Amino acid sequence: MQVRGSGGAAAASAGPVNPLRGLRQFLGRNIIQEQLWGLLLMLPYLINLLLFTAGPIIAAFLISFTNYDLIRRPEWLGFENYTLGATDKQTIAAFKNTGYYVLWYVPSSMIISLLLAIGLNERIRGITFYRTLFFLPVVASGVATALLWRFIFNKRGVLNWVLDLFGLDAVQWLGFEMALNSIIIMSVWQGLGILMMYWLAGLQGVPQHLYEAAEIDGGGRWAKFRHVTVPMLTPFVLLLMILGVIGSFQVFTASYIITGGGPGYATLTLALQIYRMGFENFRMGYAAALAYMMFLAVFIVTMIQWWAQKYWVHYE
Amino acid sequence: MAIQQTEAARRVAEATTISLSRGRKDVRRRKIFAYVVLSIFGFLAFLPFYYMFLMSLDAKAGFGALDWPPQLIPSWKWDNYTTALGMMPFGRFFINTFILTLLSVSGAIISSAAAGYVFARIRLKGKNALFIIMLATLMVPPQVTLIPQFILFKHLDWLNTWHPLWVPNWTGQAFAIFLYRQYFMTLPTELEDAARIDGANPLRIFLQIFIPLSKPIIATVAIIVFVGSWGDLLYPIIYLRDQELYTISVGLAFFRGAQGINITALMSVGMLSVLPPIIMFMLMQGYFVRGVVLTGLKQ
Repeated sequence: MQVRGSGGAAAASAGPVNPLRGLRQFLGRNIIQEQLWGLLLMLPYLINLLLFTAGPIIAAFLISFTNYDLIRRPEWLGFENYTLGATDKQTIAAFKNTGYYVLWYVPSSMIISLLLAIGLNERIRGITFYRTLFFLPVVASGVATALLWRFIFNKRGVLNWVLDLFGLDAVQWLGFEMALNSIIIMSVWQGLGILMMYWLAGLQGVPQHLYEAAEIDGGGRWAKFRHVTVPMLTPFVLLLMILGVIGSFQVFTASYIITGGGPGYATLTLALQIYRMGFENFRMGYAAALAYMMFLAVFIVTMIQWWAQKYWVHYE
Repeated sequence: MAIQQTEAARRVAEATTISLSRGRKDVRRRKIFAYVVLSIFGFLAFLPFYYMFLMSLDAKAGFGALDWPPQLIPSWKWDNYTTALGMMPFGRFFINTFILTLLSVSGAIISSAAAGYVFARIRLKGKNALFIIMLATLMVPPQVTLIPQFILFKHLDWLNTWHPLWVPNWTGQAFAIFLYRQYFMTLPTELEDAARIDGANPLRIFLQIFIPLSKPIIATVAIIVFVGSWGDLLYPIIYLRDQELYTISVGLAFFRGAQGINITALMSVGMLSVLPPIIMFMLMQGYFVRGVVLTGLKQ
């Protein structure tokens, strides 16, 4: 491909007496120039790191040891916010709910979406159609769909109407016992499409010759799935598990819109609790401490998964 | 070429399977099973939207109470939509959301591409360390940065403005940078080598060679950022106070709490609000699918 207007930079550094020295000079200048260009192109992200990510991550750590309401000067508290976070009933409930949510959401969404991906991988017709169907919940905005599900879960909603058709008793979907499960159901519905696509990418990456080898060895369909597909997919399982845990720890919109964290604290999630403490009660120090506790939990779970991979993840 | 080969291999494998043991019947049975499973789940994925559509056109349901039994055929009361749009400045909210989303998407596409290009191709001192830091930040929940960011924007006097919602996008997003980098790494170096010998500078190579080649990844990032920013609730709800600045998500969330919820109005606006990202996805899904396959998830 011809780059228009080329030669400008080359001409500027040309005209050497000794061609070798000239080349060295040219290359040397080029590397410095390249560094400068690199720095320039990287500048936005460096600003991001400083102002919006790494900087705030450090700042939040410091804030978490203070009492700060945005108006008065922050006051140093030591570990008080953390001890409060570990003992406060409401926050403990938020931790438990979030843990329960992650524990159910991640495996169930992964298993169902894998099933769908295996179906799509059968080279059937209408892949685009099915993919679009499963992607509707993924791309539709979270507030609208959460409102929708609030009506679906309503006492007089369709779900209970269907149960009624089959002569079953109505379920209090948003009652104390069931509400968190209902939110998990909605989240699975919402997450299937994207997970399915990741699985599909994984399935299509399994080398065909492995299946052939398995066939030559007399392996049936189950044997091929068990001894080829499953091992080859294990890196994906790990990746999707890690991403799933990180993402689902942050569940916010569903519980904010559908139940507002209730009834009682039944669906209060960590993200919602942090939002309330920080931006409804303006207890910035406490909210930051809770955010760090959440981060710590995510970090520990991720590390465990990372460490445990050597026992089950298969690498070629 | 590789694709053709696997395709050929697949056909051979299938042919052997058919002739060897279980026969054509088995393949058909598997396909039928796949159709059944996909159709059932696809139906379940779609059904809630149909219900939303029904409720938005409902002639009877109004304040607080749902129909029992629910209507299964729409009653086509399109008035509900005009009524809903008249209840709150929802039209305004739509325009706001459009502008904000556009600003966020364009910013994220451009600035993330630049950083991704540097990570993939430029010899910059310390970039490997920077890359690891970037990956590490992906693990940090946004709740951690939320509070210091809020304090920062308060000092900039940006509370109750749109700036906190789109300006950060113009400094890149870590996952988008990652996707770009992964993609750029797969591109052959011949083209840029030629351009380099011709004396083109890295910016020029980036703009004239890399950007034109990265449609799938641009589409992927565009969809992800569009969907995320269109439907976001957490950030707008924290930063926006004045109603005229609301996005559609904040408007819906606010409206939900208003006295005597009007179900049809809520669902009409809901219907309208889910359409733009869906249309966006449908238009770009070919690129998006390729983008996902080409980047991080396939290595």
